Amino acid sequence: MKALNENIPIETEQIDPQEVKQELLRKYPTKVARKRAKQIIVNKVAEEQEMQEIGANTRTIPGIITQRGCTYAGCKGVIMGPTRDIVNITHGPIGCGFYSWLTRRNQTRPDGPEDENFMTYCFSTDMQEENIVFGGEKKLRAAIQEAYDLFKPKAISIFSTCPVGLIGDDVHSVAREMKEELGINIFGFSCEGYKGVSQSAGHHIANNGIFKNVVGLNDNVKEGKYKINLLGEYNIGGDAFEIDRILNDCEITVVSTFSGNSTYDQFANAHTADLNTIMCHRSINYVAEMMETKFGIPWIKINFIGAEATAKTLRKIANYFENEELKQRVEEVIAREMPEVIKVRDEVRARCEGKVAMLFVGGSRAHHYQELFKEIGMKTISAGYEFAHRDDYEGRTVLPSIKVDADSRNIEELEIHPDPERFRPRKTNEQLKKLQDEGFRFKDYDGMMREMSDRSLVIDDISQYESEQLIEIYKPAIFCAGIKEKFAIQKKGIPMKQLHSYDSGGPYAGFRGAINFYREIDRMVNSKIWKSIKAPWQESPELAAKYACD
Amino acid sequence: MLLRHTPKEITERSALTINPAKTCQPIGAMYAALGIHGCLPHSHGSQGCCAYHRSALTRHYKEPVMAATSSFTEGASVFGGQANLVQAIDNIFTIYEPEVIAVHTTCLSETIGDDIPQITRKAEADGKIPEGKYVIHVNTPSYVGTHVTGFANMTKAMVDYFAESTGHKIDQINIVPGYVEPSDMEEIKRIAAMMGVRVVMFPDTSKVLNRPQTGKYEMFPEGGVTVEALKTTGDSLATIGLGRLASGPAAQALDTKCNVPCEILDLPIGFKATDRFVDTLRKTLGITVPDIINNERGQLLDIITDMHQYFYGKKVALAGDPDHLIAMTEFLVSIDMWPIHIVTGTSGKKFESRIREITKDSPYPINVKAPGDMFLLHQWIKNEPVDLLMGNTYMKYIARDEDIPLIRMGFPILDRIGHSYFPIVGYRGGMRLLEKILDAILDRQDRDAPEESFELVM
Repeated sequence: MKALNENIPIETEQIDPQEVKQELLRKYPTKVARKRAKQIIVNKVAEEQEMQEIGANTRTIPGIITQRGCTYAGCKGVIMGPTRDIVNITHGPIGCGFYSWLTRRNQTRPDGPEDENFMTYCFSTDMQEENIVFGGEKKLRAAIQEAYDLFKPKAISIFSTCPVGLIGDDVHSVAREMKEELGINIFGFSCEGYKGVSQSAGHHIANNGIFKNVVGLNDNVKEGKYKINLLGEYNIGGDAFEIDRILNDCEITVVSTFSGNSTYDQFANAHTADLNTIMCHRSINYVAEMMETKFGIPWIKINFIGAEATAKTLRKIANYFENEELKQRVEEVIAREMPEVIKVRDEVRARCEGKVAMLFVGGSRAHHYQELFKEIGMKTISAGYEFAHRDDYEGRTVLPSIKVDADSRNIEELEIHPDPERFRPRKTNEQLKKLQDEGFRFKDYDGMMREMSDRSLVIDDISQYESEQLIEIYKPAIFCAGIKEKFAIQKKGIPMKQLHSYDSGGPYAGFRGAINFYREIDRMVNSKIWKSIKAPWQESPELAAKYACD
Repeated sequence: MLLRHTPKEITERSALTINPAKTCQPIGAMYAALGIHGCLPHSHGSQGCCAYHRSALTRHYKEPVMAATSSFTEGASVFGGQANLVQAIDNIFTIYEPEVIAVHTTCLSETIGDDIPQITRKAEADGKIPEGKYVIHVNTPSYVGTHVTGFANMTKAMVDYFAESTGHKIDQINIVPGYVEPSDMEEIKRIAAMMGVRVVMFPDTSKVLNRPQTGKYEMFPEGGVTVEALKTTGDSLATIGLGRLASGPAAQALDTKCNVPCEILDLPIGFKATDRFVDTLRKTLGITVPDIINNERGQLLDIITDMHQYFYGKKVALAGDPDHLIAMTEFLVSIDMWPIHIVTGTSGKKFESRIREITKDSPYPINVKAPGDMFLLHQWIKNEPVDLLMGNTYMKYIARDEDIPLIRMGFPILDRIGHSYFPIVGYRGGMRLLEKILDAILDRQDRDAPEESFELVM
């Protein structure tokens, strides 16, 4: 049993979370309240079998102001967006391509001035009314031809927007034809915005597409003793660069990153790695599962958010490779990096200890970032995901009991078999057993709720209204969400940190990232400016007629 | 190079848009609806549209931008979005309690053919619209027009739904300000107030998207045109629409519906267009222009004459919306600068001929395209370099690659502040533009000057 809410301000401790839950639901129409009640859980730290069930990955109720986006955003924006050398053509009216153009802060670093980088470009078929009425396939074909003629890329991918599915354009057959004609890899994604209930469906569709069309096409084996893939790391604010630096110092080779700072060729030979490590479980576990079945690569959950978590992750990778030299190298790197981390952490902790945070973001970050807050003595009293599933809250043990509803059934589940030539188990059964006996865990994700304290509020797909109520009640020192939430929160005088795009900051991963984050949170929660919002005459409106005449 | 794949050689493209100089209708409708007091914009489509529009507007204004969505899933896309919209209306009035819900459609709901008035009637029949509250709508298919069209259509919907003519004229005029910043709307109202003119401005996003930090958040802030004021627009003496594309349809609709005569002018950017605006107010209402306005105009002209040597002959490339580009091109020509590459994503034959008319004395050939994109603009620049770029934040990629200073103008501006607080319209807006132009040109001169000719006094 974990200690109960240590360091929490007394006022916060006295708030009854059950009452808060009722308060959040009070104003809702009955049907809405009933549905939302399943998505708002007062956490209980309990044994595995007593885990509470949370409603997640279900439809957002129309009219509720939600944080969520769409399937296209998850597919094109999140997963495929960070790859620099694929020409990504949005097939649809102009908006979708425009809004997903460079807005996510996923950095990329081409190898040299001649290296391909299309991320600064927005490509769209800009469908007009006639394309909706008579079909857009002809225009799509012409657009692919024009992109090829101009850029001669190694690959082109096509992203379907809402009307494409409705009018029945077959982007996949256009892709096949043009692939044959042009001799480069061309593939499409049926990621219409209305599929699924959030971005999450788009992640799955992107995973399927990249696995089907690219992974396994290049058998060149990269040099390196310890070869891993980094999955679910999108290089926001340069996170992947910091992770690469650390891994490089440990002499661990990253074959591919899905998909921060990535290239087409990295995806194509991802199957030559010996371990898949997952950062964001929600967005990418599908690829890891499929790679295990087809190529025999085991996967583990890791986390580079938090200095302690980073150290733990490095040790875990070293343990997997069962090599004393590597284990020693990892310890050296940790020992080299930690003193600076501890110095800043302790300095910042003195100013942040006991303050309260709330995190509502993503499919993993609302969980991962609790580590960083903990390191500077701050407590997360409420958290939730925007688009996660039950396993991200309750842990993967819950997977067999998750019912597949109509919205999830729309997303294709690929049937995967071992590759006759490329399947190669990375460990013998004896080795696996030995590792597991020593406490090593594969495919392990325990979810967010187990690591949160008793009486904390776990809220899935939080609404604007609920966010406002929570802030009124708890008055947290900081609230973390996305750009749409940012300024309404800050207008209330509470600093709001974006954990999708990191505002203008980052990296926050790894050791140096942890230092950046400590300093950023210190800056935000201890800023003088919040105390200056009221003018002197608003603070003390009484009139004192100092210079009045007698 | 950031745009390393853009070739100098220009090839014809018929299907692929690269680096658009426009976005889609619904965001313009959402922006316009935020200019109604107590209004919650509603996006009838899948969640992503609403999320994208809110994000883009939020990044531009650094302000809360609230809007709801019908959250379509595959089922709604197949069976129609009626159930979603009726439920949304119920939830919005129960939870958020706006005065008005302004529904705009999306490519999704347009493609399946949802009939919004019919759905609204159903919601009303079901008792989901409280007494005295309104649901208005506009059709904004993303595959027609651009964000400017969406703004124009939502603004026209305000007339369609609210304007009434009682037969008794009111001593006021209507101003449709165009798709401009809240700061510009404020400035246009200030000019009218200085002339003693009572104005109903719609939409009006001032005090909505440039609010103060007060430590309090109100979902429906002080600003925005009220429904009561909108109702009176049918009794106004006249309507002035600023910007043909963005304001024309609403101004004309008032004429048709309520016989309010309208005058459609260019956006008052630069002294010439501002002169026309002020003179139209003067003539329409038979009033004298006060000295304070003459003084502001004089200050603007003073800067031009004082610093003319730095403007003279400088070449400019611009991207943006037609209404802005027409007025800005005229302003630049009026101070002897030469806009030579002009692109907008919004189509319009009149636009091209208007630009050619304004630039007819140019010593350079003029490249103008509507619709065109920023990829083409960049290629033009590679072929005929310029001294200055004017356009939205996406132009910073061209600016850096080609080492040309950029003045941010239009939508979206994602990387600088100021646009929502300081206007570019009116004489004072003109002064601000000149300050920006001079800062850009003179900073560049300071950076590049040989040491012996590095100037203290400029």
